[in-house]
Amino acid sequence: MPMDESVRNSILAAVPSLRAFAISLCGNVDRADDLVQETMLRAIANIDSFQPGTNMSAWLFTILRNHFRSEYRKRRREVEDSDGHYADSLKSQPEQHGHVEFNEFREALSQLPADQREALILVGASGFSYEEAAHICGCAVGTIKSRVNRARTRLAEILNVNSAEDYGPDEQTRAVLAGGE
Amino acid sequence: MMNERDKPVGQQKPMDTAATRHKKSDAKPAKLGREVQARLGQQLRAMYDDVVNQGVPDRFADLIKRIDDNGNKDRQ
Repeated sequence: MPMDESVRNSILAAVPSLRAFAISLCGNVDRADDLVQETMLRAIANIDSFQPGTNMSAWLFTILRNHFRSEYRKRRREVEDSDGHYADSLKSQPEQHGHVEFNEFREALSQLPADQREALILVGASGFSYEEAAHICGCAVGTIKSRVNRARTRLAEILNVNSAEDYGPDEQTRAVLAGGE
Repeated sequence: MMNERDKPVGQQKPMDTAATRHKKSDAKPAKLGREVQARLGQQLRAMYDDVVNQGVPDRFADLIKRIDDNGNKDRQ
């Protein structure tokens, strides 16, 4: 059956943010793009279960998130067996911008537990409300709030920032010196 | 259920809500300063928007086109 034009456009329009979400989740561009492609195929195959008038973007994020979770569970053992560190996949990522601070932030994000990371991204970057994020993750609104708070606290710990002064030029210099890989 | 009075981040509030319910893992104050939170938020969005601004890679536009073409073929 040909695809409905508005469905087609909504799916295409969601691709940039689905990719951003996927890359933030798995830390690897190629894997993220595979996740997005699989999400699009599943969405099209299951378009009948989408309720017109509801948020298409949230529906697509839900599919991507659930697919990532089931893949992640399957892969985690393989990855740990092969190189010990899931975060190592970050290092194979091409350098797209010269910001050392960015890489440090990505690395810190990858160290968060998956449930905290996804909650923080959905609310803090994708622009979903706590209610929408709870729906996407299939949990209570309060759970999302608490995960977001814990994620922020943990990020600050990992990045060792306790006050705005920690973001001074000295810190950037230190990051440049430390990030020479 | 969660207390609806819970304020978004950065709002100073007496410690009578969620913050007191999950156990503290260390002695540090659990509340982050407003500036630190704002800065973390900026970094997160900058990282995210960096990808969003790349738009739709050809791979996905091609995929949709292939599906469209197949759909049209099926109809004929």
